[in-house]
This record gives sequence, C-alpha cells and structure tokens, in this order.
Amino acid sequence: MHSKTIRQLAQGLRSGDFSSVELTQHFLQRIQQYPELNAYITITEDSAIQAAQAADERLATGDAGSLTGIPIAHKDIFCTLGVKTSCGSKMLANFIAPYNATVVEKFNQAGAVTLGKVNMDEFAMGSSNETSFYSPVRNPWDTQTVPGGSSGGSAAAVAAGLAVAATGTDTGGSIRQPAAFCGITGLKPTYGRVSRYGMIAYASSLDQGGPMTRSAEDAAILLQTMAGFDVKDSTSADVAVPDYLEGLDQPLAGLKIGLPKEFFAEGLDNSIASVLETALAEYQKLGAELVDISMPNLKVAIPTYYVIACAESSANLSRYDGVRFGHRCENPADLADLYTRSRGEGFGKEVKRRILMGTYALSAGYYDAYYLKAQKVRRLISQDFQQALAQVDVIMSPVTPTTAFGIGAKMDDPIAMYLADIYTIAINLAGLPAMSIPAGFSGGLPVGLQIIGNHFAEDRLLNIAHQYQQATDWHKQTPKL
Amino acid sequence: MSLTADDVNKIAHLARLGIDKQDIGSYAKDLSGMLDLMTQMGDIDTADVEPMAHPLDQVQRLRSDVVTEADQRTHFQAIAPQVEDGLYLVPKVIE
Repeated sequence: MHSKTIRQLAQGLRSGDFSSVELTQHFLQRIQQYPELNAYITITEDSAIQAAQAADERLATGDAGSLTGIPIAHKDIFCTLGVKTSCGSKMLANFIAPYNATVVEKFNQAGAVTLGKVNMDEFAMGSSNETSFYSPVRNPWDTQTVPGGSSGGSAAAVAAGLAVAATGTDTGGSIRQPAAFCGITGLKPTYGRVSRYGMIAYASSLDQGGPMTRSAEDAAILLQTMAGFDVKDSTSADVAVPDYLEGLDQPLAGLKIGLPKEFFAEGLDNSIASVLETALAEYQKLGAELVDISMPNLKVAIPTYYVIACAESSANLSRYDGVRFGHRCENPADLADLYTRSRGEGFGKEVKRRILMGTYALSAGYYDAYYLKAQKVRRLISQDFQQALAQVDVIMSPVTPTTAFGIGAKMDDPIAMYLADIYTIAINLAGLPAMSIPAGFSGGLPVGLQIIGNHFAEDRLLNIAHQYQQATDWHKQTPKL
Repeated sequence: MSLTADDVNKIAHLARLGIDKQDIGSYAKDLSGMLDLMTQMGDIDTADVEPMAHPLDQVQRLRSDVVTEADQRTHFQAIAPQVEDGLYLVPKVIE
C-alpha cells in the first residue's frame, strides 16, 4: 500500500479494498519500523486514527475528495493546532502551535490524515538536514548520506513510504534539492501561490510552500488543495487556481526547452550531466526542441541570495525573544540578558551565522553595499529569466551538482554547503515555479531534473513532468530498506 | 574582507544574540568567508537598476482598518514562558 499513488489509493478506499484506518495504521507501523531514518519529529498517532475514522465516514456517505483518507506528513515548519511545531529548533521545542497554518487547514478540510510532523533543518536553514536540533535525517537510498534539506524529513518520508506525500517549503531549493537526493517529485510553486500564513518565516520574499510526492500527478492533486488566495497572507497572489489535473495529458510536441549554458558548465558532476543528457533526449522523443540559452547574471545568484535571505531572516527571527513563546533562559539578570541568553541558547550554529550575517548586511554603513546592491542584482537575475522565457516555454537544468553527499561531509565548511545550491537559488530570487523530478541514478543514488517555468505556470510544469513520467519509470523506483 | 572578533561581538550585540566566547573566532572566519563570496556582486553593473523587494513587483495589499481577530489572549498566553494577570512577565525594566 505504501508505494501506490494517490489516485490508486483513493480508488482502493472507494472500492472498499481497505479503509483509511487500515491505510493509516499501515503507515504508522512503517514509521515505527524505520526509526533510524529519523524522518519524523512528532508522530500524531491518535489524531491520525481519529482523522482516518472521520475520513471513512465521509467515504461511506460519498462526501469525499481525492485526498480524503490519504495519510500525509507536514514539514515541522507548518503550525498545527495543539501539536508541537518545532521548526527543527530547540527555540521552539516547547511550542505547541495555537492555530493551524492555512495549508494545514486546507488539508484537514480535504479530509487528509496527518501522520505527524517531519524533520527539517533548523528554521529551514540548511541543505542537508544536519542543522536540525532533532538530529539528522538519513537518506533511505543510502543511510550514510544526507537526504538534502531543508525539507529532508519530507523527502525521506515520501521516498521510504512513511507517508503518501508531504508538504515542504522552499526558500532557496529546500523542496527541490531533497526531492532530487531522495528520488521523489517536488514542486516549488510561484511566490505567493500557496499561503504562507502559519508557515514559520525564514526569508519572507523567498519562502514558498509546495508538495513533495511520488509523481507529478500526486503533486497536482496536492497543489490543487494547497494553492489559492489567502487574505491572511499579505503577499498571497490573488490569481485564479487552474485545474492542475486537466492539462496533465497534453502532448509535448513543439515544446521549447531552454538549456542555460551557465547551468551545464564547470562544477556539474559528469555522471549527473550524462543522466540529464538521457533525460533531455527523452524529451526530444516526446517532441520537444532543445534551445541553448544564456543567463549571465546567474553567476552571482548565491551571494545575492545569501545577502537577502540572511537580512530577512535576521529581521524575522527577532521575534524569538523569550517573552511570548519559545525558549526562555533560566534566571535572567535583566531584560538584555533575557533576550541575549534565550536566543543564544535556543538557536543553533547555522541559524546564528545567518542572523549575524543579516544583521551586519542591514547595519548602518553597510546597507547600501550589501542589501540594496543585492536587491538590484536580484532584478537583473529576474530579467535574465524573463528574457529567456520569452524565447522558450520552460528551462531545464540540474537540481544539484552532485548526488547526495555523506553525512558530515560539508558541516565544517558552510560556504561549500551554500555553493551546492547553485542551480536552485536563482529561481527563488525570481519568484518562479520549478520542479525536481527523478531522472535516473548515479552510483545507486537518485538524480533530479529541474524544470523551471514562468510565474503561475505550475499547470504546464506538471504536464511536462507527467508526460516524462508516462514514458519513464524513474519515479517508480523505491529504495531497499 | 575579514571581520575581527570585535566586529562579531558588535554584530552579536546588535542582534541580541548570545555567542559563546570560544566560538567567536569561528564565526569571524565563517562570516569573513561569506563576505568574500558577497564581493562577487561588485562585478555586476547595477547603475540605474531599481531594487527588487518583491519577486512579482507587487505592492503591499491594504485592508480596511477594522478588527478582524477575536480576543484569544488566554489561548495565546498558555504557551508563554511567564505570565501573570494577563501580562507577559520580564525582568524589572524601571526601578
């Protein structure tokens, strides 16, 4: 049951092959069976069974949608009423969310069953899931390697069959990179497509929630529930949500795929390049045309991102002050000591690094040189994409320069860790939607292909991913546990 | 560009962020490395380029100035570290 698609499971629930309670118990049992993956921070067994019972009643009365009774997991960045929402941090180890994120609310209304909250890099800052206060997640394809990050728990859970699907968030690649490392499908929607209300903020002009699934079709089903305008999110996009399933079967004849030369250059592992070559040849067979393009400003995407993301995170994380919620130090001497020590004790090293960097970039005398400069370069990067997308329908590229690296391999060198986000980061700066889909293997580890589209073109991306998945079976491969 | 231990202490103070003394050196090294990376932006000519604050260039949506939230003080204070009579407690600020 744990390797079936949502459509197959929904069919099974309707025809009475199994109940949602049985399905939920099956997944809860699998979560217990593989604790070494450390995918979950919190397992909500009791409420999952209750939700499954409610789903079975809805199914019996015919009042069920495509997600009713389907067991999923939420990244621990989404607030869940009455359930610990830690964001992978000691700072929020005692934080029982007093409300539901809009995304969580929407899944609850759809009748999805929440199995629990999955592990992540602390405050979504990391590319390996090693910055989590709750210990690293392990990649189910090779438990000596990282699952990627920051949505590493989501990716590992879906790949290992510990949830049918999961939510993730992506600020610089945090859905796509772990999806690539774990061999699943991940979609980072257009900025503003999915509500950020109740999604704990890291860098507010970049953060976006999205689905992490076993197929493009499953991603379409999840996005259908997640997407839409939300008055509670001040940057939510007031743009109509299309039917994401409707366009999946469109043929790809005549599709123009842009290949940015900057993304197929030095630094890309040869074995990844050759997997991608095969994938692109498959697209040609499906009728697509490959076009070489160039986006010269991509080369500074990483420094630009780290200025903006750190600056925004230093502002966002100032709310953790030991006063209203979260960690508070023992016996503060005065107010300054309360702030300084609560924050010093509650945050881990990577989070502190980014707060310090952001504080510096925003401080008097440095603002113009760093933050303002980065915002200007951001516009040039965005214009590069717009010029490219005027010539082609979508852009394809690697997701990562290598396959999953070893646990501990990059923890002592933060810059090396940042550089590994080279292919995903610019997309967030431009606010574009992008997917990672499984395209093959190198040395037994999954390789992802990135598909980038214009704003609100999620339907097209899903269609392009789905057509590839009809012609190949990379997305159907599962790790031996 | 390289930051000194003093610089790190100043920034940590601005951020009200406690840093262990023995870690100051490693933060100075890491932040200096990040700043070196950031100098690459200097290669790009940004004369006459408007800064981009929002990826879709949208402006902040406004709403009517009316109360939309119900009073949930007790609910929200249930997770606070220290409260009394509906107030959040902090160490004495005024003598």
